[in-house]
Amino acid sequence: MSSAAFVLIAMVTLAAALAAATLQKLMHATLSFAVALVGVAAFFFLLGAEFVGLVLVFVYIGAVAVLIVFTILLTRRDVGKDRGANWGGALLAVAVFGGLAWAVFKTQSVAIGAPHIRALTVKRIGEALMTSYVWPLQCVGLLLTAALIGALVLVMEEKR
Amino acid sequence: MSKSVDQIFVNAKQWLLSWLMPAPAWVVQIVSSLINIFALLAVFLTLFALMSVLERKILGRIQNRYGPNRVGPFGLLQPVADGIKMLIKEDIVPARADKLVHFLAPILIAAAAILALGVIPYGRNMTPFTIDGGILFFFAVGSTTELAVFMAGWGSNNKFSMLGAMRAIAQMISYELPLIITVLPVVMVVGALVPDRIVAAQAEYTLGVVPRWFVFTPWGATAFILFFVSGLVESNRTPFDVPEGESEIVAGHMTEYSGFKYATFFMAEYIGMFAITGLAATLFLGGWHSPLSVLEFIPSYVWFFAKLSALLLVYVWLRGTLPRTRIDQIMNFAWKFILPMSFTCVIAAAVWHYAGRGLRGWLWSFVVIAIVYTALSMLLDTQRKFAPRTYRFAE
Repeated sequence: MSSAAFVLIAMVTLAAALAAATLQKLMHATLSFAVALVGVAAFFFLLGAEFVGLVLVFVYIGAVAVLIVFTILLTRRDVGKDRGANWGGALLAVAVFGGLAWAVFKTQSVAIGAPHIRALTVKRIGEALMTSYVWPLQCVGLLLTAALIGALVLVMEEKR
Repeated sequence: MSKSVDQIFVNAKQWLLSWLMPAPAWVVQIVSSLINIFALLAVFLTLFALMSVLERKILGRIQNRYGPNRVGPFGLLQPVADGIKMLIKEDIVPARADKLVHFLAPILIAAAAILALGVIPYGRNMTPFTIDGGILFFFAVGSTTELAVFMAGWGSNNKFSMLGAMRAIAQMISYELPLIITVLPVVMVVGALVPDRIVAAQAEYTLGVVPRWFVFTPWGATAFILFFVSGLVESNRTPFDVPEGESEIVAGHMTEYSGFKYATFFMAEYIGMFAITGLAATLFLGGWHSPLSVLEFIPSYVWFFAKLSALLLVYVWLRGTLPRTRIDQIMNFAWKFILPMSFTCVIAAAVWHYAGRGLRGWLWSFVVIAIVYTALSMLLDTQRKFAPRTYRFAE
């Protein structure tokens, strides 16, 4: 049953990713990108990492997709223009694919579907974040606070 | 006796599943989930129908008129008539609309609202889906609503729809932050994201009388009020219903929807309201626990729905009482008052925890909240309440 679910989710995710890359209308591409992200989140659920899947939905659908959508709205529309094949982009895509494939084939220590791995509960993630990864966590927190304050400063009404 | 009444729905489900015993485990699991989903939909769609007529009746009472009283006894069959009307209305899709996006938006918005209901504990052993990060699931699903609202606004290809969607998204994003941060103190104190454990942490009674609900601590009471106000904004209810406005932007992102698609939006709004009040009851009002230990013989689900109804009554009461706010007032309120106050709740909860969770902790956390509240109300210059609005881009 789990392998059937895997194949189904993989097909949906890949189809949505393909649609995101090829669709003419930017808005449709963004929405299919969101579907692809839901597919990736479903993979995490399937692997028992519920927390990561939920955060993925939360951050990418709730924030990043909305951000992209706003960006599209607030920028110029030049949908009709065909700019020809983007060779630089293709080269980059091949490079990224090559790098990831190399990393995947290089990694051998992880046994796929190992049953003895403990479930990745929220409690364990919290403990790891608060003990061994507390400095990175604090740095990210500082960065995000700075970004929040920066956004507030940008929209502050100028005094006349 | 009371035990069996309390567990009657759980036992009924077990009895239904016992018919499937020879089937493989995954079939039983799927059927079990389907039973949960069916029960959830049946209960909350009935509640939606009831709420739509009761709200109009209560609003009528507040405004000194009758409200619906023609269809059926006391107008109780009004939702049936409304449903038939919505079903047989013509479904109009604008010629220039983005057909697919326009069609998908109401489905997505309703799906998000219904999914959020799945993790709330409705009674003892009555959580439909137990997820390790249940609270996070609630908000993760809720955050997709913004994309759905945007799809409705953009897919309609209409100025009013787009502007209404923008307003809705702006206020939803602004209030999602305080909504989540006010949940944080509860999660911190309990040490779990599972709704069942949050309810279990509020089970005891101090001195055998006062229930240990989080709303009776200073940080809990503050967080509850902030959560409730943010919930009002998230469900686009009066006084924060600016995404709709007949005199300004028609019906906002729902302008181009008619017939049953409009009804779906309406339903999603109400289901979202049930979900957020249900979560408020779970987090701060002790979930399905009874307020007095002598009243524990009353089944747990009765208490849950009593709390839910009480909160919903406040929603209707506010709608009948308060005028609307402007969008800039809503935004200022969110960023200047609600957000600092919700951070204060987190600090006050930490103070409460480290001062021993007793009377001393109660007093210290009260002091923290009182100081920040006083400082904020002085800094924000609340005396200048009714100053005329200054326009930057218009005369």
